[in-house]
Amino acid sequence: MGAEFVILSLAPLLIGIFAAVACALPGNFLLLRRQSLIGDAISHVVLPGIVVAFLLTGQIAAWPMMLGAAGAALVAVVLIESIRRLGRVDVGAAMGVVFTSMFAAGVLLLEQSDTSSVHLDVEHALYGNLESLIWLDATGWSSLLDPVALQGLPPELPRMALTLLAVACFTWIFWRPLKLTTFDEGFARTLGIPVQLISLGLVVTAAIAAVAAFDAVGSIIVIAMFICPPATARMMTNRLSAQIWWSVAFAALSAILGYVLAGYGPLWFGATDAVSAAGMIATVSGLMLAVVATIGPHRTA
Amino acid sequence: MTAALPHTDPAQSPLAIRGLTVSYGEQPVVFSVDMTVQDGAMTAIIGPNGAGKSTLLKAALNIVKPLSGHVTVYGRPLAEQAHRIAYVPQRASVDWDFPTEVLDVVLMGLYRDLGLLGRVRARHITHAKECLARVGMEDFASRQIGQLSGGQQQRVFLARALAQKADLYLLDEPFAGVDAATERAIIDVLKSLRAEGKTVVAVHHDLSTVRAYFDNVFLINRRKMGEGPIAASFTPETVQATYGGRLADGQITQLTQEA
Repeated sequence: MGAEFVILSLAPLLIGIFAAVACALPGNFLLLRRQSLIGDAISHVVLPGIVVAFLLTGQIAAWPMMLGAAGAALVAVVLIESIRRLGRVDVGAAMGVVFTSMFAAGVLLLEQSDTSSVHLDVEHALYGNLESLIWLDATGWSSLLDPVALQGLPPELPRMALTLLAVACFTWIFWRPLKLTTFDEGFARTLGIPVQLISLGLVVTAAIAAVAAFDAVGSIIVIAMFICPPATARMMTNRLSAQIWWSVAFAALSAILGYVLAGYGPLWFGATDAVSAAGMIATVSGLMLAVVATIGPHRTA
Repeated sequence: MTAALPHTDPAQSPLAIRGLTVSYGEQPVVFSVDMTVQDGAMTAIIGPNGAGKSTLLKAALNIVKPLSGHVTVYGRPLAEQAHRIAYVPQRASVDWDFPTEVLDVVLMGLYRDLGLLGRVRARHITHAKECLARVGMEDFASRQIGQLSGGQQQRVFLARALAQKADLYLLDEPFAGVDAATERAIIDVLKSLRAEGKTVVAVHHDLSTVRAYFDNVFLINRRKMGEGPIAASFTPETVQATYGGRLADGQITQLTQEA
């Protein structure tokens, strides 16, 4: 655990953990509202947003892409709501229609536009580039106290940390309304809680987490982290606050185990190349869900 | 009926509804309904399935948006007086697998006191436990809600409403699918509320207990079909009209006669 770790692994590991936890937190409420699919939807619809942002600005820069992604997420949420109301269909069906169409549109846009010269492709969108987020300016642990070296941190790291902070604050401040509206919407309304605003806030928070995480780690992790850690946590406890903490633990553990296994696992089995960290993190979270689904203390509840 | 006069004055009524129309889609579910709840009394809202009983309550509370209509609570707009109302939704309207405990559900009734970040203090816990004791559920405080029977779940919902310390209690089918002991416990609590001068309105589906449990009835089948004290308004004629001939005559006469 020396200089090599700090340079190559510290930043991707932290980004992975922050992204996983930021998605898992709103994922808990989406799960209990049976809206888990919305994480899936958001992570798909950001693709056209990012492509459009690239076509408009002609560059792969973080802020235009994040704005494009956020805009696409917002368009998707509005579309889903209007299809649900006008078409009188189940929200799941509305989401399914919107996110597949928008993702498909994003793929078409990608193919038609001249993006061959830049690193913007479907694989990148799916798996992200976690392994490439290295900290070249570091020379060892002491670099953490070196302002010059800290300047060289991958910008995804502070961005993801900020996103996690925002998501955590939202969860903490609106804990009671979130819980009340999720459990008993009608009753929450009689208490004067702005139910629709809280629901919208939750979706927007999920969208922010998804877009920031997508930028850093790709959509596979986003989709997995919205569902797997909360679903695993639900089977560990019958108390919502405990469920939240379990989901945070499972998300962080998935990120750490997944990253380490992706980097070193194949070598242990004699293979020469590492595998995608994002893919491995998602796989680990799925395996945890499978294990807890067979031995967890509150499976049937 | 001189005694009926103060009951029809909206300014005196805990809940006065005027011209309420609610529609899901094309067909109105509740059409141009007026209702004036009598202060300090227990009122049953009765009518056949799909008659708009629950919808009437929800629209009065603005849980569903009415197409038109005007609601006053103790003579003031609902928004100003919402804190004086406790609402008990249908038990089946929530997911009882939700990860929470009985005491926690009762504490939800204290949201107006606690706000976003207010600490839950010992007095809040004590109050919530007193409310649980009132419905005979004090031993279940730390039980996960999914482990309760239907009747116990209903009592927890009632305890949550008690925690709100309201003046007007609106209950949606509080006796649906509960055991006899729970029905007894709930009606005792409701009658004790009346004894304290509170007002109770309940959507009710069991015609055979209307007479024993309630003072007033409100009959609805999309439109208002009758309203007033049991003796005057809960008659074979009004019930037959409300249920549109779906009940046998002998049955109705039996139900609506004094025991």
